[in-house]
Amino acid sequence: MSQIHVTTKINGDETEFLCGPEETLLDVLRDHLGMTGTKEGCGTGDCGACSVTVDGRLVCSCLMLGAEAEGHEIGTIEGVAKGDELHPVQKKFLDHAALQCGICTPGFLVAAKALLDRTLEPTEEEVRYWLAGNLCRCTGYDKIVRAVMDTAAELRGA
Amino acid sequence: MVRVKIWGSLRTATGGAEEVEVEARTIRDMLNALAEAHPGLAPQIDRGVSVSVDGAIYRDSWLTPVEGAKEVVLLPRLAGG
Amino acid sequence: MALDDRFHNRDFKVVGNRVTRPDGIDKVTGRARFGADMTAPGMLIAKVLRSPHAHARINGIDTSKAEALPGVKAVVTYADFASAHAPDDDNLVNCMAKDKALYDGHAVAAVAAISTAVARKALKLIEVDYEVLPHVTDVDEAMKPDAPVLHEDAQDESVPAGTPKNVVRRYEFGHGDVDAGFAQADKVIERSFRTEAAHQGYIEPHACLASYGSDGRADLWCCTQGQYAVRAMCAGMLGMQASDLRVTASEIGGGFGGKTTVFIEPVALALSRKAGKPVKLVMERSEVFRASGPTASTSIDCKIGMTKDGRITAGRAELRYQGGAFPGSPVEFGAMSGFAPYDLENVQAIGWDVVTNRPKQAAYRAPGAPMAAYAVESVIDELCQELGLDPLEVRIRNCAHEGTLSPYGVTYPKIGLEETLKAVQSHPNWTAPLGPNQGRGVACGFWFNFGGNTCVSLNIDEDGTVSLSTGNPDIGGSRASMSQMCAEELGIPYDRVRCSIADTSLLGYNDVTDGSRVTFAVGLATIKAAQDAIKKMCGRAAAIWGIPEDAVEWEDGCAKPAGPNAGEHPPMSLAEIAAVSSQTGGPIAGHYECNADGAGVSFATHLVDVEIDPETGFTKVLRYLVAQDAGKAVNPDYVEGQFQGGAVQGIGWSLNEEYIYGEDGRLQNAGFLDYRIPVASDLPMIDTVIVEVPNPGHPYGVRGVGETSIVPPLAAISNAVSHAIGKRMTQIPMSPPRIVEALEG
Ligand code: FES
Ligand code: FES
Repeated sequence: MSQIHVTTKINGDETEFLCGPEETLLDVLRDHLGMTGTKEGCGTGDCGACSVTVDGRLVCSCLMLGAEAEGHEIGTIEGVAKGDELHPVQKKFLDHAALQCGICTPGFLVAAKALLDRTLEPTEEEVRYWLAGNLCRCTGYDKIVRAVMDTAAELRGA
Repeated sequence: MVRVKIWGSLRTATGGAEEVEVEARTIRDMLNALAEAHPGLAPQIDRGVSVSVDGAIYRDSWLTPVEGAKEVVLLPRLAGG
Repeated sequence: MALDDRFHNRDFKVVGNRVTRPDGIDKVTGRARFGADMTAPGMLIAKVLRSPHAHARINGIDTSKAEALPGVKAVVTYADFASAHAPDDDNLVNCMAKDKALYDGHAVAAVAAISTAVARKALKLIEVDYEVLPHVTDVDEAMKPDAPVLHEDAQDESVPAGTPKNVVRRYEFGHGDVDAGFAQADKVIERSFRTEAAHQGYIEPHACLASYGSDGRADLWCCTQGQYAVRAMCAGMLGMQASDLRVTASEIGGGFGGKTTVFIEPVALALSRKAGKPVKLVMERSEVFRASGPTASTSIDCKIGMTKDGRITAGRAELRYQGGAFPGSPVEFGAMSGFAPYDLENVQAIGWDVVTNRPKQAAYRAPGAPMAAYAVESVIDELCQELGLDPLEVRIRNCAHEGTLSPYGVTYPKIGLEETLKAVQSHPNWTAPLGPNQGRGVACGFWFNFGGNTCVSLNIDEDGTVSLSTGNPDIGGSRASMSQMCAEELGIPYDRVRCSIADTSLLGYNDVTDGSRVTFAVGLATIKAAQDAIKKMCGRAAAIWGIPEDAVEWEDGCAKPAGPNAGEHPPMSLAEIAAVSSQTGGPIAGHYECNADGAGVSFATHLVDVEIDPETGFTKVLRYLVAQDAGKAVNPDYVEGQFQGGAVQGIGWSLNEEYIYGEDGRLQNAGFLDYRIPVASDLPMIDTVIVEVPNPGHPYGVRGVGETSIVPPLAAISNAVSHAIGKRMTQIPMSPPRIVEALEG
């Protein structure tokens, strides 16, 4: 099996890896790079547990080949906090108890951060639609939506 | 003597009686006595039952006393999600 | 269990606070390790070959080509378990088909190889000689005399002779004379209902890593609701001693009952034993749908009589649940629970457990109860409608109280159902105005809850912190509530306690995290273990002071001299006692084990408003309210979370989620695209009211809260939809095509 050599940036760090032509970015992150914070809930683009950003755009890493990461900047859950300083949305998830089992949480946080990077004034409806690609089976979304709205309010100084 | 309530589908084993009396100090005595007096109950007791004693539900709790209890009810083995 | 009201009215310092969970940081940073996140050196990857047929005899399996493929290290079939297992272990036959494939997706063989790609390739090289048999997936069809038979001998003595063989169990509950009761009614309504099978839908697929050593000892890492149950089942299937198998529960990405049993764990162990290397096995999402344990689908007839002024005179239900290819659908819990919210003189419920060519059902949050509640609460609603009565008033009029004889024969101790009904009645949602195409529905629900085997240890660390070990995986924040109860009892701050989930080698048997038992039973054991440690700490203080042990009492985290002859000694705090523990007799620990009882039953009332789009049949949930009795909410955030999560699972089940089988007996929607669970944009905020009627069986009054919240939604939403469209709905889910059909019909 011939492996493909890929050069990319992950959470700001220059990263090189070898991957099979059929392997997804999610496989690469989890199985080759040991970055298991990104989760696999379906492998078919339906749950959002594998959410990452590619050049700032939110994507399902299970739907993108590892080889396609060449030359792009990837952001994962491991890069959301800066060192041991949590991102405000991470703090708000804890304050609002916006997680129960926590398997969906990395995906939600990456997605929520991507939203907050675009706007600090999302309506509840916008938050709900933005996060509609992320499944959570435990919480019923109530506390997740509140946590994101509250983060936006805090960030805009409201 | 303990009066034990039997659920509907087990009453074929008690000749239709909704309640039967057995001599027993503990849940274990009671289950043994029930199986002996009404052999038709034995397969269900072997598969597993719960027992409610005055409103508290016990599973596999042989040594719990039943003597003097106001209400003892045989129940299917409880489980949950 | 001692009923001690002293505790219920105490002034809690830590319990009841909305503390941050101890595993929080790990879970928001991606550091937490779930089932699929573990690796081992030299690890192989396993894949499972699954039957494409709903029902087929397996005449032979040829694995030689797969075994010959370079990179394949082991292939297993049922034969690899045959020497060890007990004669008819349904769980084993479900994990690996024996002589018949019983459903689409049933495992028939498994491969361990050096990579996923090689394992996949190897699966294609396994040749299975199937003789396809006729199949049945529908519960009513399966009960017919000419239905294809799954098992010749699965029917037990509860079923009347001559009943078709797929009917395997019969249950009956109730009291009084229902016919006499119906005769007293002014109005009697009888309806037939159907509910389709739903899946728990946990986002984390089943995953495990097995490592079997040549010394016959093994380690298993897996996502499960109960590591001890996994050990017991796997050790039995593999012919191992329990102590030779150490099972560690990973962080678990949801379970809801679906991870109370095993599917892949014994297979991974068998592969590891054969290959002599660690084996990782992770289900794909389609496998989760096809071959884990969804809930039963049902067909229910329900008849209820009511007087003009709203008194229920009698209720009768006949429930038929198919639980997949093996006996064990939760129909008895349906039959016991459907009428449980009501004080009825005459009640009868008959349950039939039926096998079909579907995956073996597993528990799903209050297993069996939502479907029965759906039927009962729908008929009550229709009676209220026909008689022009207020559905909330009627429920308040008929609801069960302390002293009510339940339909399953037990007289209730203190319960909080009426309080939940009144909480709904005084909530603004009850009087919010409704517009066109909108409807309001209300329903009650009940769940038993239980206690069970529990073993807890805690160590007083030398610096005055506390390490608490419990044996139940934490699915929804229970480490926080255990730490709270521990801190409360010891009288120390919450952040001094660290709760860990022990592997199976460290504590005695703990029942699985199910039956809403953890906060109740593990909490109770934690409190008792803390009391055990307190006793020892008081003993140390007494020895230091040279006074009798019983002259020392524990207050606010300190040992204090008490009573007239204790003398004057400054109090010693937990930290001070811990600091000198080495000089006063060595480390201090507390322990408690029990088979807990006294889990109080739990009731809820839900209220929902919906709006129907008459063109498309789409249902929008406008408002949703959960009022539930929690006994005592240890951590209100997570109690609300359980209420909301259960309600939303119920919303999904009632509006969209269903297992769809084709004519060929194959599951047609084995993915999240076609099996659609609710997403954020489908929902409003879920309002909650926590009612607290203390459970007399727990020192702090705690009741389980995890399950009841999924019981009322099916009925509440069906009632709301029925009012919105002016037609009585009798099938779940009420997907848009079904609503359009009802509107046109
Ligand atoms: S794993 Fe990628 S969307 Fe589910
Ligand atoms: S917290 Fe469990 S899936 Fe979201």
